[in-house]
Amino acid sequence: MGTSLERGIQGFIEQVDRPTASFFESCVRCGMCAHACLFYTETGDPKYTPIYKLEPLRRVWEREYTLFGRIKKWLGLSKPVTEAELKEWEPLVYDSCTLCGRCSLMCPVGNDIVYMVRRAREGMVAAGVAPDGLKQAATRAVKIGSPMGVQLPALKTQIAKAEKETGLAIPFDKEGAEYLMVLSSAEIIEFSEIIPAAARIFHAAGVSWTFSSDAFEATNSGIQIGSSDIATELVSRIVRAAERLKVKYVISPECGHAYTALRWEGPNLIGRPYPFKVIHIVELLDELRAAGRLKTEGMEDEKLTFHDPCQLVRRGGVVEPPRNVLKMVASNFVEMEDPGTLNWCCGGGGGVSSNERADELRLKVFSRKKTQLDQLGVRTLVTACSNCRDMLEDGLEHHRMDIKVVGLTEMVAEHLKQ
Amino acid sequence: MTGVELLNWARGPGLQIALVVFIVGVAIRFIEMWLLGKSPDFAEARGSAAAGGWRTLFTRSLPMPGALKRAPLVFLGGYVFHIGFFITFLFYAPHILFLRAVTGFSWPALPAYLIDVIGLVSIAALVAVLVHRLTDPVRRFLSRTGDYVAWAATFLPLLTGYFAYHRLVTDYTTMLALHVLSFELLLVLIPLTKLMHTFTFAVSRWYNGAIAGRKGVKV
Repeated sequence: MGTSLERGIQGFIEQVDRPTASFFESCVRCGMCAHACLFYTETGDPKYTPIYKLEPLRRVWEREYTLFGRIKKWLGLSKPVTEAELKEWEPLVYDSCTLCGRCSLMCPVGNDIVYMVRRAREGMVAAGVAPDGLKQAATRAVKIGSPMGVQLPALKTQIAKAEKETGLAIPFDKEGAEYLMVLSSAEIIEFSEIIPAAARIFHAAGVSWTFSSDAFEATNSGIQIGSSDIATELVSRIVRAAERLKVKYVISPECGHAYTALRWEGPNLIGRPYPFKVIHIVELLDELRAAGRLKTEGMEDEKLTFHDPCQLVRRGGVVEPPRNVLKMVASNFVEMEDPGTLNWCCGGGGGVSSNERADELRLKVFSRKKTQLDQLGVRTLVTACSNCRDMLEDGLEHHRMDIKVVGLTEMVAEHLKQ
Repeated sequence: MTGVELLNWARGPGLQIALVVFIVGVAIRFIEMWLLGKSPDFAEARGSAAAGGWRTLFTRSLPMPGALKRAPLVFLGGYVFHIGFFITFLFYAPHILFLRAVTGFSWPALPAYLIDVIGLVSIAALVAVLVHRLTDPVRRFLSRTGDYVAWAATFLPLLTGYFAYHRLVTDYTTMLALHVLSFELLLVLIPLTKLMHTFTFAVSRWYNGAIAGRKGVKV
């Protein structure tokens, strides 16, 4: 038995808690979770049934934490999980699960399946069994500060550009600002329109905000690969910067997993509550709207729809704010089938976007989103997650669909009242 | 052993053994689950975990929107045999007499002819879910021996009950003894198989709803 396997099994053992045990106890193998998962609905392959992805964790739970499992182990009637099995399960746990959590809505006995996939990944990482692309992203995030290798000078260049474009000074390391803004790497490189958009909106609404040169990267590869150690290190950088600058809020950017990492997992990773609040940028826009501080003019009149990022709605609880904000600037907003908490994933969440090996499968299962969009016949798709946006653009191009993807914050900025 | 002897054993020592295994087994499973504990959640709550937990405990009895269309047989078969099983178990007059002897409680019975029909419908539903489990790619792929054992343990009390009521296959006394024994087998197998979900579904639904409820999500 190799030591990495032992570490993996130990990782699984440590991850089993009371909810996990209750979920495994309750599973009747009815297979309903398959019908909630786009990897099954779009391929028809039973191996993508969500609960099956947890088989190694389930076996460890049974052997270690149930009386009958221990008796079977003692009598030699059950086989331990092997390294070959972990490798066999790696594509199931990583390539074909975006941590979207739709299966957790379907299960008749109420199993929160994605809660367990997140935990199973801790054991996989401990055994060193994870996709190379994701391992590299996590390593870059720890060493360089960004999974895409983006460093401070790149952000500074974009900020200088935004300052020139807007004529506004963008605050940096301003102690005592009310809000600390963090970004995802994709927003610094690909979707940098967010920076001037945020600057214009915050200026118009009178929001006191700042960037930090110590912590500007919000994405968290640790959460995606399933390493609490890495996730804690990445979250701590933001926590330290927020505490140093004495901000009241940290703004989670248009990035789903960044929100989950900062808002829901972060305090548990560092083991204490934050002295500040975490707010998603779309939640902030909605608050400004409700307070009458966000004033827009003109409307997008063409038919458009909104893609709900899974981590924002089903795993995050931000369902109405994007709709409230979108309705300010769009006169012909239509919902997709299965909107809000029922949404279907773009296919690239949960680290799948960093895992090149999964590209082919991801583009195949994009057929779910294609079906949803074909039903509406829209030419514009709005979202509030830069990773979703990237994945949607990739999927639309692959399926030769002529649909433009727009970030919600930028759309609002274009309609700011002058 | 004659039918009468078998029935006497089933009603006496058999029942006692089955009840002890059932109660101790279920208790062990709950204790080993409870001892695992759960870490505190330091993230600021948006909604109430308890409200979410209680909500999901009940709402999860209804299918998620769209699910009925995607897997009608799993849902319909599941509803019919669960509801049918509990009606025949709880509202057949002789069962109420038995339950009063064990628990001290009793309640009004449903007419025997109605129980007869419901029992038959439940048998048909169980046969349908078994055929589905054997033929549908997902169900077949996921199934292990335990799933078929649990199926048989649920099926046999209904089948033997139906045979006894209609005086089929063998004499009434022997069939009644087999019926009681099949019920005892079911009791013993609850803590040993996935039939444990009879109790733990409440815990898992509660946790799912509570985890989401804290975040302000209704699941």
